[in-house]
Amino acid sequence: MNKTQKKNLEEAFIEVIRKTSTDLPKDVADTIEAAYVTEEKGSRAEYALRIIKDNIGLARLKSQPLCQDTGSILFFCHYPERTTQSELLKLFRGAVVTATKKGYLRQNSVDSLTGKNSGTNIGPGSPVVHFEPWEKNYFDVRLVLKGGGSENVSIQYSLPDGRLGAGRDLVGVRKCILDAVMQAQGKGCGPGILGVAIGGDRASGYLASKEQFLRKLNDRSRNTALAKLEQECLTDANKLGIGPMGFGGNTTLLGVKITALNRLPASYFLSVSYLCWAFRRQGARINYNGEIKRWLY
Amino acid sequence: MVRLTAPFSEGMIRELKVGDMVEISGTVFTGRDAVHKWLYEGNIPPLNLQNGIIYHCGPVVIKQKGSWIVTAAGPTTSIREEPYQAGIIEKFGLRGIIGKGGMGGKTLEACRKFGCVYFHAIGGAAQVLAESIKEVENVFGIELFGSPEAIWQLRVESFPAVVTMDSHGGSLHKEIEEQSVARLKSLVS
Repeated sequence: MNKTQKKNLEEAFIEVIRKTSTDLPKDVADTIEAAYVTEEKGSRAEYALRIIKDNIGLARLKSQPLCQDTGSILFFCHYPERTTQSELLKLFRGAVVTATKKGYLRQNSVDSLTGKNSGTNIGPGSPVVHFEPWEKNYFDVRLVLKGGGSENVSIQYSLPDGRLGAGRDLVGVRKCILDAVMQAQGKGCGPGILGVAIGGDRASGYLASKEQFLRKLNDRSRNTALAKLEQECLTDANKLGIGPMGFGGNTTLLGVKITALNRLPASYFLSVSYLCWAFRRQGARINYNGEIKRWLY
Repeated sequence: MVRLTAPFSEGMIRELKVGDMVEISGTVFTGRDAVHKWLYEGNIPPLNLQNGIIYHCGPVVIKQKGSWIVTAAGPTTSIREEPYQAGIIEKFGLRGIIGKGGMGGKTLEACRKFGCVYFHAIGGAAQVLAESIKEVENVFGIELFGSPEAIWQLRVESFPAVVTMDSHGGSLHKEIEEQSVARLKSLVS
């Protein structure tokens, strides 16, 4: 890539960050709208969802972060094979620094040993970029900003789980998923969206659970057993009565997305990632010259 | 909807019950981790917290034409202040805590004993909540704690929240959790 292409690409990454942080994707905003009308008039749940709706509109209008916790920065990048990861990583880092200066991202990266904030969002483990080369001639760059409150209530189970009476099958998986929702209550800034991975090791399981957030809220798993489980868990979770912010109500979750990885015979992990209602996920197709050709959500 | 307007008094706080939807107008003070530890250790800020409300919030504040403007101000998770909160409620005679996620038994007991309530704000609603902040009246501790951790004295108008812990021992968090445990049992049995 020449200098101009690099400059354009970095600009495009900044725009992806801005849009992700300030403009909730349509599939999520529509789901919140639909949930709002299911809540009883004058209820606390309706009150919370109304403020959430107002906040979505206001953040978009002012181009300001939806939530001041702009979270972990998780990029997923497909790139043309003739580009190198090292040159792209520089551009991602540059974009993060600029987006932080512009206020699209909060200064959110703290040294775990000294407690010092890097001030730039750059440091060991930040930002996270998952690269995958492909034969196409354009970039597919997706971003998830995951707030700390929601990450704190994410949870991993090792089945069988004696406490829950959860065995190594989809019945056991359902028990764990509902337990995760129960334990989270309103603390993850619900109504939330669950990304779930059955199997894998502890690291690949959590990664695959987060990749589920790249799916559209209204899609269905191609695997019929998982599609059924997703629907069941969503319906059941919304019967728990936890509601928006844990205030009570019909809307505890907005979506459940489940995938499965192979596992070792000895292991059966279930990784459940919780994402708050401020479901900041966006993506763009960007051509080799660094121009955004279209938004993906 | 209960409209709660400063000056806040024990009487008006005692009237609030778990589940009440409120709009708060008046002065609130931000304070999060560093401030709570500092107050708990016996330090006294040059601000009058008596009968006041503390907001668990690290706002984004910028200076524009010589005055402070709050651009994002949602609540942060309250439970981290649980070790300190009860002592601070007692010492400074606080009437309200605003935050998210609720707090524990020690704070609930202090609310009962000294006449204080916990207001749950809407997590993530940084823009709506910033809109309800009309003025930065004062600030203390920018150098000491850093800007997001400082004590910002803010004038708010119609700040929306729900009472989730009242001064009579009631906790919506406990109620909802018990109810969800029971419902879960029937769903997985």
